[in-house]
Amino acid sequence: MPTTDPPKTDGPILSVRDLHVAYKTGDGKTVEAVRGVDFDLYPNQSLALVGESGCGKTTLGLGLLRLLPKLGSVPKGSITFNGRDGSSVDVLALRKQELRKWRWRDAAMVFQGAMNSFNPVLRIIDQMGDTIRAHPDGGRKPSKKEIWERSAELLRSVRLEPNRVLPSYPHELSGGMRQRVLIAMSLLLDPKLLILDEPTTALDILTQRAIVDVLHELRAERKFAMVFISHDLAIAAELADRVATMYAGKIIEAGTARDIFYGPRHPYTVGLIKAVPPVVGDLPELASIPGAPPSLSNLPSGCSFAPRCEFAEDRCTERDPELDAITERSAGTTHAAACLRWEDVTYERKVVERV
Amino acid sequence: MTDTVVHEDPEPGKDRPAPLITLRGVSQTFKSKKGSLKAVDDVDLSVGPGEVLCLVGESGCGKTTTARMAAGLARPSGGTVEYEGRDIWSMSKQEFAAYRKSVQYVHQDPYASLNPIRDIHRTLVTPLRKHGMAKGRKDGWDQSAKLLEQVDLTPAESYLPKFPHQLSGGQRQRVAVARALSLNPKLIIADESTSMLDVSIRIGMLNMLGKLRDDLGVGFLFITHDLAIAKYFGWHGRIAVMYLGRVVEFGPTPQVINDPQHPYTKALLDAVPEPDPDLTRTKKAGGGLRSSEIPSLADLPTGCSFHPRCPLHEADTCDVLRPELEAVSADRKVSCHVVGRASPLHVPAPRTGGNGE
Amino acid sequence: MAQVSAAPTVEAGNRGALRGFFRELTRSKTGFAGFIIVTLIVGMSALAPIFIDSKMPTDLDAIWGPPRAGHWLGTDMAGKDTLKQIVLGGQTVVFVGFLAAAITTVIAVVVGSLAAYIRGRFDSFMLQLTDIVMTVPQIVLLAVLGAFFSLDSPIYLALIIGCLTWPVLMRSIRAQALSLKEREFVEAAKLLDLGTTRVVFGEIVPNMASYILINFIIAVTNAIYALVGLYVLGLAPLAGANWGIMINNAWIGGAMFLPAAMPYILAPIAMIALLQLGLIMLTRSLEEILNPRLRDK
Repeated sequence: MPTTDPPKTDGPILSVRDLHVAYKTGDGKTVEAVRGVDFDLYPNQSLALVGESGCGKTTLGLGLLRLLPKLGSVPKGSITFNGRDGSSVDVLALRKQELRKWRWRDAAMVFQGAMNSFNPVLRIIDQMGDTIRAHPDGGRKPSKKEIWERSAELLRSVRLEPNRVLPSYPHELSGGMRQRVLIAMSLLLDPKLLILDEPTTALDILTQRAIVDVLHELRAERKFAMVFISHDLAIAAELADRVATMYAGKIIEAGTARDIFYGPRHPYTVGLIKAVPPVVGDLPELASIPGAPPSLSNLPSGCSFAPRCEFAEDRCTERDPELDAITERSAGTTHAAACLRWEDVTYERKVVERV
Repeated sequence: MTDTVVHEDPEPGKDRPAPLITLRGVSQTFKSKKGSLKAVDDVDLSVGPGEVLCLVGESGCGKTTTARMAAGLARPSGGTVEYEGRDIWSMSKQEFAAYRKSVQYVHQDPYASLNPIRDIHRTLVTPLRKHGMAKGRKDGWDQSAKLLEQVDLTPAESYLPKFPHQLSGGQRQRVAVARALSLNPKLIIADESTSMLDVSIRIGMLNMLGKLRDDLGVGFLFITHDLAIAKYFGWHGRIAVMYLGRVVEFGPTPQVINDPQHPYTKALLDAVPEPDPDLTRTKKAGGGLRSSEIPSLADLPTGCSFHPRCPLHEADTCDVLRPELEAVSADRKVSCHVVGRASPLHVPAPRTGGNGE
Repeated sequence: MAQVSAAPTVEAGNRGALRGFFRELTRSKTGFAGFIIVTLIVGMSALAPIFIDSKMPTDLDAIWGPPRAGHWLGTDMAGKDTLKQIVLGGQTVVFVGFLAAAITTVIAVVVGSLAAYIRGRFDSFMLQLTDIVMTVPQIVLLAVLGAFFSLDSPIYLALIIGCLTWPVLMRSIRAQALSLKEREFVEAAKLLDLGTTRVVFGEIVPNMASYILINFIIAVTNAIYALVGLYVLGLAPLAGANWGIMINNAWIGGAMFLPAAMPYILAPIAMIALLQLGLIMLTRSLEEILNPRLRDK
């Protein structure tokens, strides 16, 4: 199993600064779904974005690759991608054609709900062929045989049997197989950054396990950096070196997977972890976070978590806290929490009954 | 075919209250273009008042079909479903009505289970009035409010006039539970009722259901694909693991989860990610299975249907002979040749007589 | 069915929904124009008999008179004012159109939703019945009926048209109900033992309300065409004056050979076309308003 912390001599592959994403709503207003996100992603790292639905994690993921729907925009902030040749790309300034190229060559995205990403009337080989032809290697048109071999190789890398999968239509494959085909397609041009949105949601446990195993293998082999978006904290624990918790459009705690799971310091992260039941071992005490996430169009003043927070004081409603470093580390692995009272927040799993 | 087999009481030993719902040798066959599919094959289960029985397995394992048969929403093609000892499909109209009221079902999708054009008050008061449990407007309003309080939707008065689209997924699911409670059921069948909710909301919901179980003595048939949820909700109950239409392992939840016997249960537990970065990386790749592909119900493997994936597979036994669900200890059952053989109860085949009834 | 809500706020909510409906209606120009046209014609037809005396004297000096002061659209073969006939002649058409559509819709909804919910023998019997009704040649049947009974009351006409046209709508209602029946909230109602009537008419049918409304309006247009067709062919008794009878009169009276009689032919045709256009414009925008996908944004 690949575990964390590769040597970090290189600079970050992706630098995000003060990123804001806004959506136009029906009545002509705009709502900020991402409100000032900063992070650096280093080569070969895997960062999980976690949080409840509506926290802005998917919007952030889409925004990173400029895949936002029509009503979305980036009013503020910067995204810098540092390519393998040392060049640096201002993602927000890319023109359409450049963006298209950059997206497959340097950064790729795997979407949630694998079925919608396929054309139902095309066989897998045709869909993969289209993608390969759209990104010719050195301007030469690939032959049918080359396309087949290329696709077969990619499918084998996600542990699929090419002769069975390539001639099939999407509906003939199981959900887990489709998801793996998507992952294989995203790796076509060997990107250095892969963004996965809920890659295992709605899949069965054993299928989910197969995807997780494939991702572990691919990452060890191809050394890409990964941002994956998940509401399932257990998957984050499994796949991530670094975890960032999002709430109401902001990262409110970030750190290594160990920081977040063993010593969370933001009351919201603590609440989330307290709500996740472990499988093996004793019966723990679990609790839900009271209340519901705020509406993005009507955020409370100060810390947006304050109304649900057991640690909230008067000052919490006066000032929206910034990420405050708890343990300084290199390569973006600093543990930081956006909470005025993080020093008072501790986490301990209580056991109700032993086996 | 199952009619000729005499089924033991699904529950060996133990002093239990008389079960509310008993499934005896229940099967369900669906006809399709490619022939018939046995979605559920010879399942024995029972749930008593205040008990929790978790039914876990992957999609297509037959857990939902089993639950629907227990709820009387589908008629089994073999075996019997009994409510308080009587076959529900040969009941008189009144008896069936009583059963209907006592066994309620909570669906998975909170966005589909409430009528979009009804406000919450009408959703709740309609069954109350229909069954003469609410007298007049004021009483109907008060009783609806009380139901919402039971599912922790407070202040109830503010929720009653709302329409489903004005509520969040978690709130809708609570309304669905409140509606199920309106007829004072003895058993609630929860079919993946929490799987579409966010983590924190899910736990809130489970804690609320646990309170109903403890305070009102409602029994639960709890269907989930998530073993962690089954463990949390069903800790004091029992768990049945289903694979391709059959129960492959059965026993008290803490034992099954922490000491699984059947290789399929083991694989499932090995595959579940843990919210613990160090622990989760000790899990076996592929859940330790030989194949990650689940066979089709239309083309089931011979012998033990798990044998093509099973790490313990023994040629000439597992691929030929179908194992029965047999007791391996006082309160556990496993359907596996290899594991069964190692059990002290293996020979002679156990026959538990007088159950605590 | 009669479930009275105890909460005053609920009624306020419904009123709010009605207001929202009108706001949506005015937002779509086409729909609003259609709404205005239909309202004006229906209003005119309903109110005209109060203000205009339907008994017009025969004026032999004014046979097929051209438009002129006092007779804006000229006069007919009996020297009666054309404009007055147009204003008065909508009543039967509108009345029969709406009544026949109501009969069609009620039969289709009741039979279609029950057949879908109950299935079994009732369903297959009803499907057979629709096949039979659909294959009956309506014009021939009407000719036969007209020969035996005097169809002088508009109610009879509406009944006949209504009873002959429900099968198509019934099939589509049945298809809708079949898919709604599988919805979880319907199953929940079944589990609460609410009874067939309540499940079908309390849970399933209200969820098709918008579909039913749109199809009701389409049924109105179809019924109007059927009715006018009956008059033009002379299969319905030609008593009184309405747009259909006017067209028939123009035909019989040879109005098309008289340039001065043009308004007499064109006016009823224009009125019928305008009413139909208004109804269709209305359904177009109703579809937009009531489509849940668009409504929920």
